Amino acid sequence: MTSALKKADAVDRVSASKELGSLRSLDMAEVELRDVNATLQAAGKGENDNRWEVLNPRGSHAVAVGLDVPIEVTVKGSTGYYCAGMNKKATVHVEGSVGPGVAENMMSGTVIVEGDASQYAGATGHGGLLVIKGNASSRCGISMKGIDIVVHGNIGHMSAFMAQKGNLVVLGDAGGALGDSIYEARLFVRGSVASLGADCIEKEMRPEHLEILKDLLERAGADASPSEFKRYGSARKLYNFNIDHAGEY
Amino acid sequence: MDHTPATMPRQSWTFSNEINSEIRRAAMTGIYDIRGGGAKRRVPHFDDLLFMGASMSRYPLEGYREKCETSVTLGTRFAKKPIELAIPITIAGMSFGSLSGPAKEALGRGASLAGTSTTTGDGGMTEEERGHSKLLVYQYLPSRYGMNPDDLRRADAIEVVVGQGAKPGGGGMLLGQKITERVAQMRDLPEGIDQRSACRHPDWTGPDDLEIKILELREITGWEKPIYIKVGGSRPYYDTALSVKAGADVIVLDGMQGGTAATQDVFIEHVGTPTLACIRPAVKALQDLGMHRKVQLIVSGGIRTGADVAKALALGADAVSIGTAALVAIGDNDPKWEKEYQKLGSTAGAYDDWHEGRDPAGITTQDPDLMARLDPVEAGRRLRNYLNVLTLECQTLARACGKSHVRNLEPEDLCALTIEAAAMAQVPLAGTNWIPGQNGL
Ligand SMILES: Cc1cc2nc3c(=O)[nH]c(=O)nc-3n(C[C@H](O)[C@H](O)[C@H](O)COP(=O)(O)O)c2cc1C
Repeated sequence: MTSALKKADAVDRVSASKELGSLRSLDMAEVELRDVNATLQAAGKGENDNRWEVLNPRGSHAVAVGLDVPIEVTVKGSTGYYCAGMNKKATVHVEGSVGPGVAENMMSGTVIVEGDASQYAGATGHGGLLVIKGNASSRCGISMKGIDIVVHGNIGHMSAFMAQKGNLVVLGDAGGALGDSIYEARLFVRGSVASLGADCIEKEMRPEHLEILKDLLERAGADASPSEFKRYGSARKLYNFNIDHAGEY
Repeated sequence: MDHTPATMPRQSWTFSNEINSEIRRAAMTGIYDIRGGGAKRRVPHFDDLLFMGASMSRYPLEGYREKCETSVTLGTRFAKKPIELAIPITIAGMSFGSLSGPAKEALGRGASLAGTSTTTGDGGMTEEERGHSKLLVYQYLPSRYGMNPDDLRRADAIEVVVGQGAKPGGGGMLLGQKITERVAQMRDLPEGIDQRSACRHPDWTGPDDLEIKILELREITGWEKPIYIKVGGSRPYYDTALSVKAGADVIVLDGMQGGTAATQDVFIEHVGTPTLACIRPAVKALQDLGMHRKVQLIVSGGIRTGADVAKALALGADAVSIGTAALVAIGDNDPKWEKEYQKLGSTAGAYDDWHEGRDPAGITTQDPDLMARLDPVEAGRRLRNYLNVLTLECQTLARACGKSHVRNLEPEDLCALTIEAAAMAQVPLAGTNWIPGQNGL
């Protein structure tokens, strides 16, 4: 794993920038998922309720989903499917690994995973920042629509399939068929790419791309230089159906 | 002088003019035919069933005098806020993008006036339809275009689309002509490209995953909204059973005749199970699981008349849904545009190049001039009238069968005109007690 932890990661910077109340706990050994989510969804409106920790998630699905407030949630352990799904505004920090579909369809905010992520990390995300400090499995960033994803480790096959918008940054290696049928998303990979998918090509790294990359690496607490990356994106040959390209679909 | 009598020129049934024209089209373009609408071939359908009516053994209810109720509640299994409809007919999901903004508004207006719901589609929720629909079902599709938690929360129900009857196993296609700036923005795509909608969801596969996906959607929306699962008519017994297992409140089952905005003609005509053949296996699955009437079943695909509605209910559906008929009601394929249809190489009633965005009726287009031809208020009124007629017809038939609620219609009220329909609908062939395929016969 090429995971490079930087001390001042995104959460610390967010914490320092705001007046925060005391930390409050929800222990999933005692509190039901419904109450955990209902509590977090209603939080951030009163006093002292914008910092939360979720204890004993024990692989539960749909933890901290549908948040719509600028609160901070630390999940102490690993989760199942769809952790922080459809997140808006909140910062969710998972001190463990996550199952499939972490931060799926995220709109804004930040989701940080200390461990690894299973399939479809950040799927269809519209905005916000997803940071995975370990590896992400296959289909990372599938159908992404504006989200930024930074993976400190490697990503699996078919990642960024039909990716529409946003940035996917990979410090490690990418699996096969990267960016298959990609639209306008930008892919930055530091390591090797097993193979590129249909209509995905290596592209010139221009100054504006280095800027974007620098900012994302910084915000994701990643210790890497933008100059070490290659950029991939759409050749735009499949944008309008052409029978001579039918074999490439 | 004798000469041999001339024989009539004989066209081939196998190589008909229509088939030959398709061969020539294919040979010229090198690409399959894409079109909108549903299957055009004849398949066994509700027309092949009859109500027997009351007589010596049962008594009818008085038309206009004795009440025959039509309301239906959807989403009673898990949702805190089930949907109450005045009539058992809903408006099916049709995407903004395939339809114009005013067309979506007209559907919302008509449905709301008639006391029923309308449904979003691929491409997200528009203000036109949210603003004008009292009850709006928000589709959760593989493409997730425009999907966001705010719209999920302002929807009245959520419909997870697994498939459509027109193309079970297929995705969508919206050609560049219809990807205007507004459509492109809603879908986060560049303008003018041919846009493919995925055929599988990006973040789950199979009913075990779907159960977890539905848990997530319920957690995001506080367990308030009914969650529907829409499947294309394919293997209705298992699709229904697995939808129940995945946690559906409501199942929408769309038979092969169901319309679409655009897909390959070969898909529309050659994939799927006809609506008539879908209903009984789906109802059997619900009954086997003790879930009939607890998980509601909505049937769609080729519903046109109050008789179709009544027959679908008699076979065990809780409600029906209409797409094509609603478009016709608001003005699609109206003969008043005949000259323009001819210019497009078609004729009123046959026009199906909806994906090209040049619809003379201004419904399946994003062209501002064409769109302006549809007055959403007037079109909404026509849809309301049509929905009222469907309801009145359905009530008329239910009363004739002695039912005080349309949902009380039952298979015993029906007989079939053909052996095929008898087998598919599992009702006796008229004048016999023979249900082909049952009791080993
Ligand atoms: C113009 C048009 C657009 C459609 N768009 C969608 C869609 O976005 N999502 C979906 O699930 N079904 C879509 N459908 C299918 C309908 O929801 C419905 O299943 C079908 O129209 C029912 O059959 P009927 O047209 O015979 O009534 C569309 C149908 C039409 C005619």
